Amino acid sequence: MIQVDRLGVRAGRFELAGVSFAVPAGQHACLMGRTGSGKTTLLEAICGLRAVTGGQVRLDGREVVHLAPGDRGIGLVPQDRALFEHLTVREHLAFALAVRRWSAPAVRERVEELAHWLQLDHLLDRRPAGLSGGEAQRVALGRALAFRPTILCLDEPLSALDDDMRAEVREVLRSVRHHARVTILHVTHNLADARDLADQILVLRGAQVVPVAKDALGT
Amino acid sequence: MIGSLYLVLVVAMLAADAAYTSPWHLWQSLQSREIRYAIRLSLLSCSLTAILSLWVAIPIGYVMARQDFRGKSVLDALLDIPIVLPPLVIGLSLLILFQTVPGRLLERVVPVTYAVPSVILAQFMVACAFAVRTMRATFEQISPRQEQVALTLGCRRSQAFWWVVLPQARRGVLTAVTLAWARSLGEFGPILVFSGATRLRTEVLPTTVFLELSVGNIEAAVAVSLLMVAAAVAVLLLIRAYGSEPTLTQGVRP
Repeated sequence: MIQVDRLGVRAGRFELAGVSFAVPAGQHACLMGRTGSGKTTLLEAICGLRAVTGGQVRLDGREVVHLAPGDRGIGLVPQDRALFEHLTVREHLAFALAVRRWSAPAVRERVEELAHWLQLDHLLDRRPAGLSGGEAQRVALGRALAFRPTILCLDEPLSALDDDMRAEVREVLRSVRHHARVTILHVTHNLADARDLADQILVLRGAQVVPVAKDALGT
Repeated sequence: MIGSLYLVLVVAMLAADAAYTSPWHLWQSLQSREIRYAIRLSLLSCSLTAILSLWVAIPIGYVMARQDFRGKSVLDALLDIPIVLPPLVIGLSLLILFQTVPGRLLERVVPVTYAVPSVILAQFMVACAFAVRTMRATFEQISPRQEQVALTLGCRRSQAFWWVVLPQARRGVLTAVTLAWARSLGEFGPILVFSGATRLRTEVLPTTVFLELSVGNIEAAVAVSLLMVAAAVAVLLLIRAYGSEPTLTQGVRP
């Protein structure tokens, strides 16, 4: 569960103050809003990548504002995926596990499990440069979910994909919630994606995050 | 048209050097005790300077590429001073620095002026500025988003740097180290003023060219020059093959 209570965050001259919302455990929430409204800034603050000026963030009941990003139990897939150009797909899937000092057999088993689920078995020794958009997105998802986080933050995961790949990645995202049992906070500006994937749609307006019924949004 | 004339001039200049001397002259020069000492000292000092420059350039380049802080533009200008200052002025400034009280105290522990450390320090002052520019340009090309993702995956900042940023900066690192090495090899003005031109003591290859010219031994001067040309071409080929082109051009841009 994600509970954000009166959160304040500043990014240069841009400032959000008093932002509150909640996403129940296991749900997929899409956070929408105009360009420049601060969706990504808010996501970064929740992940611990941006200092907050006040308020609380509770993840599964645990206050995390004082915790380092790696201790929050959040998997992040940023908009540009930020794959590591020097690592193979296998090394991407094993990265968080190596950092967290999992044993070699446990890492191997988890990498095989992820590769099978995300259909990356045939790409394990490839580097990001040769991957399609859909394949790269699956690698970014696998890397984020490898250490079994309870929260998954997605920043515009479908924005740079053509229609075919968009459909493919939507399908993967649909399976993530059931397979990985995570609560998802998904930043998007695409209404169709939100309607298709979300249990809950949140709209960031000014400093307020307002829950909106799927039907209440225009086409 | 003007560009091709310039290229012709560069090639003609090198061809004239090569035609002026012969393999026999080159061989004779390499037999000279002084020139062999100069080659050894050049190789040693340039290599030490390149390593020192990289050691300094990586953290400074990283901070300049990633952090915004008050006074950054002043620091940026300070870092460029060794590039824009006349080489003789750098040598003179170092000489004066080591006449101050802290400089003299240091000299009591490690003799610097007119000794081998002064050669390395004079080369380092200029070469490091180029290495810093190269590393800064390299880090600017690597998305900070990758470090952020590494942090969410459990890395500490230092781990994110060593495991994610630095491996991707390896071509820039190679460019910086070879550029620093090549700049050091050609450095003359600061060395002449700060280290002197004492044979078998502070003589590096540019000093040899100067000393041989001053006694009218043009064949030896040209032979040593050709050695330096060969080293410069080797460095350029190395950068072209393995270094990163954008960081090379940004690194050497004043």
